[in-house]
Parts: sequence; C-alpha cells; structure tokens
Amino acid sequence: MTEKAKRKSKIAGKQSVLFTNPPYIIAGAGVAGKKEGEGPLGSLFDIVKEDPMFGKKNWEDAESELMKEAAQEVLKKAGMKSDSIRYLVGGDLLGQLIATSFGIAELNIPMFGIYGACSTMGEAMSLGAMLVDGGYAEKVMSLTSSHFAGAEKQFRMPLDYGNQRPYSATWTVTGSGAVIIAKDNHKKAGNNEADIVIAGLTTGKIVDYGIKDSMNMGAAMAPAAFDTIKQNFEDLDVKPDYYDKIITGDLGYIGKNILIDLLKEKGYDISSNHMDCGIEIYDKDSQDTHAGGSGCGCSALTFTCYIMKQLRERNWTRVLFVPTGALLSQVSFNEGNTVPGIAHAVIVEAV
Amino acid sequence: MAKQNKPSVSGVVKEKNKTTRNENYNQYVKQVTPKFSCFKNCVKAFVIGGIICVIGQGFIKYYESLGADKELAKSYNTITLVFLAILLTGLGLYQKLAKFGGAGTLVPITGFANSVAAPAVEYKKEGQVFGVGAKIFTVAGPVILYGIFSTWVLGLFYYILKQVGIV
Repeated sequence: MTEKAKRKSKIAGKQSVLFTNPPYIIAGAGVAGKKEGEGPLGSLFDIVKEDPMFGKKNWEDAESELMKEAAQEVLKKAGMKSDSIRYLVGGDLLGQLIATSFGIAELNIPMFGIYGACSTMGEAMSLGAMLVDGGYAEKVMSLTSSHFAGAEKQFRMPLDYGNQRPYSATWTVTGSGAVIIAKDNHKKAGNNEADIVIAGLTTGKIVDYGIKDSMNMGAAMAPAAFDTIKQNFEDLDVKPDYYDKIITGDLGYIGKNILIDLLKEKGYDISSNHMDCGIEIYDKDSQDTHAGGSGCGCSALTFTCYIMKQLRERNWTRVLFVPTGALLSQVSFNEGNTVPGIAHAVIVEAV
Repeated sequence: MAKQNKPSVSGVVKEKNKTTRNENYNQYVKQVTPKFSCFKNCVKAFVIGGIICVIGQGFIKYYESLGADKELAKSYNTITLVFLAILLTGLGLYQKLAKFGGAGTLVPITGFANSVAAPAVEYKKEGQVFGVGAKIFTVAGPVILYGIFSTWVLGLFYYILKQVGIV
C-alpha cells in the first residue's frame, strides 16, 4: 500500500487504474429470489423472497422492486439515508434499463444509468470508485439486478413455451446487489472486521471471437475475461498468485475451462485460484441449472454476500472481481451477428 | 495452410489472422461444449410423442362410441388435445413435459397449442391489444404463415397438373 500511496498518477499500464486514495466499500447488500435462496449461498443473502413477482403484477415491476429493496437494505446496513448518497450508478438487463429507472426513482439520488449486460456490477463499481477517488463524490451507490423471468422474456421465449435448454445454457439469477463506495471508512469502534477497499481496476474492451450461439454465453464471454485478466497482469506487472482469488462473473462450467485454457496458453495458470460466481450460486445437480448462473444479479449477489464476507473475515486479502457480459440483443441475434463479450476487472482488497 | 486435424487453444491465442482465429475458436468451443445425446433424445421423443398419440386415439375411439362418425370424432379429439395442452401450459406443466419429451411434445398438435398459449400468458400483462393481440403468434406465427404459403404453392401445382391432365 505504501508504494501505491506515493503514486502520483492513477493511470496504470494500458487499461488499468490504481487509485491514489482507494475508496472503501462500506456496505453491501443482496436480495435474492427463491431458487437462489435454495442454492449453496442461500443462507448468506440479506433478504430472500419466496414470491417471484415480489408482490407486483408483472416481471418488470418485480425486478424494480427487487432493486429498490437492495438499495434500501444497503442504506440500512450503512446506517444512512438516501440523501447522503451523491451519485447512483446502476443498470440492468431489461430494454432501456426500466428495472433501474422505475426501481430507484423514489430514492431521489442523482443517477447514471449504465449497460454492461451481466458485467454491469463491475462497470458500476469501477465508475463509482472513480467518482469517489476523483473527488466528485463522498459516497456513491453502485447497484444492478436481474430477474430470471424478465430476462427470458427479453432475450428468449415466453416462460411456458415448451423447449429444451442445451447443456451450455445458463440460468439467469433473480437477484439484486448494491454497494456503497465511500471516501472515508465508516466503521464503528470495536469492529475487528477488515475494511474493504477498491484498489484499482482494469476496464475491458469489447472482445469478439465470432461465437454466434446465444445459448453458449460462457464461450462467448471467456475471451473477454481472458483479455481483461491478461491486461490486468500486464498493466500491474503481476502474476496470478498476486490475487487470492480471481473471480469471474458468469462464465459457467464451459466458460471457466475455456478461460483457464486461454490464459495457460499465455503462460498464466489461474486454475488453482479461479472462481466463477455462476458456478458458486447454484448447485447444478439438484437445481438443474446446466452451465451455471448468469445475469447482472449473479456476480452482484455473490460479491455483496459472499466475496465481501470472505474479505471482511480476512480469509482473502486481495481478489480480482471480473464480472463478464455478453453484449447481444434479440435483434442482433436475429440479424445473424456474433455475440461480443466484455469484462470489467475490479481489484478489491481487505485492509 | 492445410487444415489442422485438431483445433487447439494455441491456434486461438497465437493466431494473428482474425478470421482464422475465430474459426479455430469456434471449433475449439465445439469440442469443449457437452451436447445432448441425440439417440436418447429421439427415444424420449418417440415415447412421449407416442403416448400423446395413443391418448388421442383413445379420445377418437371414445367419441366414436358416443355415436360420432370418424371425421367428427377426429375433430373432437383435436379440440380435446388442444384444450389439455393449453390447460397444462397455464398450469406451468407443459414446459416440464417438453423438457423431457423434446420433439415428442412439439410435433403433435399439443405443441402448436402450447406455442400459442405461452405467449398469451406472458404478454397478457402488456394489455389485450398490444400484449395478447399483437404478440400471441410470436412463436406460432412462422408456422401459420409458411403453412398457409406452402398449401398455396401446392394448390397452384395441383391446378396446373389438373389443367394439363396429369391428375
């Protein structure tokens, strides 16, 4: 840290940033659906809702409600009111970000809406941390959500339509995760848990290796994760063991193997410290989720409820959190386009 | 360059030409992606599709026993199967059956009924006109359009053949 504190420039290498005053993640909260609550991480989520409609009349409103509850929960955990948050950075998977717009409207926080498909949490945290370290805000909330039924409707078929999902298909997570990124540490006295800071980030490029199968998003996104992680190693001049964990968003079982293969070819072996949120969030044998979980909520829930806990308890001291997104739409797919991917890496440390 | 016999990941990472790299990557992905067993799927589809047809045959026999002639019994059977498929769709059960039975549930008339009922359920929330009205045929639409189109083409052929005295 001391060496980094002396840095004058925040710019590192080609695509990375190392903060001069690493912002703190002072609170994180996750709200999950029933299926996620039954998964291996179920007991860690702040709120698990049994009703897939979240008391609303349609899937879109349900997702808005989900996001609103995550935002309220993170404020509650941080002991703050919404007017102490300077900016909100968030987005979701629905067309024109309607889950976000309708969900957070009543919070009355100045807001930047972003779209990064399932990489949105990485993008939101990157921008939030830059706003704080840049001195433009004291506190920023970064959040995202996804809903299984809403995503199916947006990208695939009506829910009750009878078809078979291939093995490579993923299951969109119903869930929302929110964090508050702040300039100062707001820890109460006597709390021995570690502080969590965002030390830096590597912003991903759009990477397209010509995959056209929208039901194999792990394969479409793995090259993007590969590109961003490799760039992070080069920009920081580090090796994979610099991180306790390298955590991708939703590559699933197929994408995970591809990523490890690709990096190995470049001389980086991450097989021992790689983890994928899409693999962690469901039990594929009992929950029939095929390649794993996906969606903005997948990495956001895993980060706020599982990864942050590991850091707080000092089980890990430095992780590279790399949410991955597949940048397709139903139109681009119908028009025969490929599925480009993107991955945003955030360096998170326990201090 | 002659085609490599086994596309490996080094052919992806080291390849400078983008088109070749993408081809190599797609081949590599094909290798590492597990697939359903075609044979197992065919057997399941055969069994489930067969059961649906046996049930249909049962209905035909039943309606005939009530005094309907063969054509009428067939029509009643179609109506009954369509009704059952829509009921199962509404209860969320047809999707589960289709997950197991695959094409066995898609090919009979029940599959068609499901493909109309499922969007109706999904888009009801967007209103009767722009929701159900505009989107009910999003899945079945192509089948209807090209079904009618192909009968039109066949009709044209039939007409020409009739004019020249072949049929």
